Amino acid sequence: MLELKHIHKFYNPGTINEMCLFSDFSLSVQKGDFVSIIGSNGSGKTSLLNIICGSIPVDDGQVFMNGKDITNEKEYKRYRHIGRVFQNPALGTCPSMTILENMSIADNKAGSFNLRRGTDKKRIDYYRELLSQLDLGLENKLYTKVGSLSGGQRQAMALLMSTMTPVEFLILDEHTAALDPKTADLIMELTDKIVREKHLTTIMVTHNLRYAVEYGSRLLMMHQGGTVLDVSGKEKENVRIEDLLEQFNQISIECGN
Amino acid sequence: MDMLLSTLEQGLIYGIMALGVYITYKILDFPDLTVDGSFPLGAALAAVLVTKGVNPYLTLLAAFAGGVLAGICTGLIHVKLKVRDLLSGIIMMTALYTINLKIAGKANVPLFTKDTIFDNSLLDGFVPEALAPYVTLAIILIITLIAKYLLDAYLKTRSGYLLRAVGDNDTLVTCLAKDHGLVKIVGLAIANGLVALGGAVYAHEERFFDISMGTGTMVIGLASVIIGTNLFKNFTVIRATSSVLIGSVIYKGCVAIAIACGLDSSSMKLITAVLFLIILVISMDRKRKVKTHA
Repeated sequence: MLELKHIHKFYNPGTINEMCLFSDFSLSVQKGDFVSIIGSNGSGKTSLLNIICGSIPVDDGQVFMNGKDITNEKEYKRYRHIGRVFQNPALGTCPSMTILENMSIADNKAGSFNLRRGTDKKRIDYYRELLSQLDLGLENKLYTKVGSLSGGQRQAMALLMSTMTPVEFLILDEHTAALDPKTADLIMELTDKIVREKHLTTIMVTHNLRYAVEYGSRLLMMHQGGTVLDVSGKEKENVRIEDLLEQFNQISIECGN
Repeated sequence: MDMLLSTLEQGLIYGIMALGVYITYKILDFPDLTVDGSFPLGAALAAVLVTKGVNPYLTLLAAFAGGVLAGICTGLIHVKLKVRDLLSGIIMMTALYTINLKIAGKANVPLFTKDTIFDNSLLDGFVPEALAPYVTLAIILIITLIAKYLLDAYLKTRSGYLLRAVGDNDTLVTCLAKDHGLVKIVGLAIANGLVALGGAVYAHEERFFDISMGTGTMVIGLASVIIGTNLFKNFTVIRATSSVLIGSVIYKGCVAIAIACGLDSSSMKLITAVLFLIILVISMDRKRKVKTHA
């Protein structure tokens, strides 16, 4: 379970460009939820994810993970429980290392990085099996450098790598935005499969309204640091893309766009 | 023949140092100027310990440890105090100048009458007279290869994987729940340890320590790394570490040729700089890795 309580976040505090993004923002995500977040640019979606992961500090308020206050916990420590996939496929993998080496470091996340051999030979078959689920033929390219793979292939690997070890939370930051529509669909299906199989509590930011409607158990629409729509369960199943578009238009009119 | 021998010797000694530069420049993507200070640091430690009568081979270990400490300091300045990478190195390099002077006690320490790793009673015992001219090269080769194989082995460990990952993509390291700052510090420590080891072997071979011997080390190291990695980039069989060593020998060869062509040795640093510039322009290895996030 993930909770944000009374979060305040300013950008450029104390300067003429001061901007208040979150003012008394609260959000609670239940265990097993798959939350899709949509919203216009600058509405605070990515900042929200960054606050949860500790990539940016908050000015006031608290972040709780499973009831424990993690507001002051370092970013890297939080990732013990969190897997994260970024919009940029390059951020989820190491380009100068081979596929096998990338799988190995991801597999080591739970353990310690000591002087034991980097790649456990006994695990290679397991890595092959995982990669073959992707249907991208990567299982036959174990010794290829990841830098020579396409964006879609890298993103698929990034998704696989971020969920290889037992994590509780999966944070997806527009992870299909940089991909072509077909690959995006593939990655999205894969995401859904992994989330279901591993029972991950997931927060996904997306600009694709169809994904937001089709996938997930809860839908949030954000605007200027607040939620303007929050539906889940039966109510969410009845949401149509047209409704969301209409809501988007209303927001835009308010803003004078 | 003499020239070939001394080129090989010098090339391999600087090769040890270049292995360190390879870690910072190629793996960590960190322009570490500490090496200009940690190379003479190793030499100073070796020289002083040898004059104190310590076993010459042990001085190599002490030099390595000294370099590790210097690397850790640079790392701490960069990671904990958040000083930019280039500046952290410059600060440490400047500080090390004084520290080296304090360690050595004076600006120049000669070792002409002392036992060194190349010339001691132990070696005299079992090396036949005929092979004597090659002893130095053989010992340098052994030390260099040990350093290379240990580094190769380290880079294949879990910790080594993480080191390679951090230069590539430190976001991923953070997402693996590891402190990427710490990994950088480890990398800098090993790199400067190797550089100081190179400095120590150099002091043994030249039989002196001089406070100014570190100037330009960074440039020599970079030139070796760039020559090596560019020359052999299409050969997957040759490990990067081997190509760095070969690059170092080639570089020393170029310098030797320049001197043989009539340039006098007082213009050494100018030759060093111009050669480096030529190599840089030819290889065009100037495109930076894209840093995609703040």
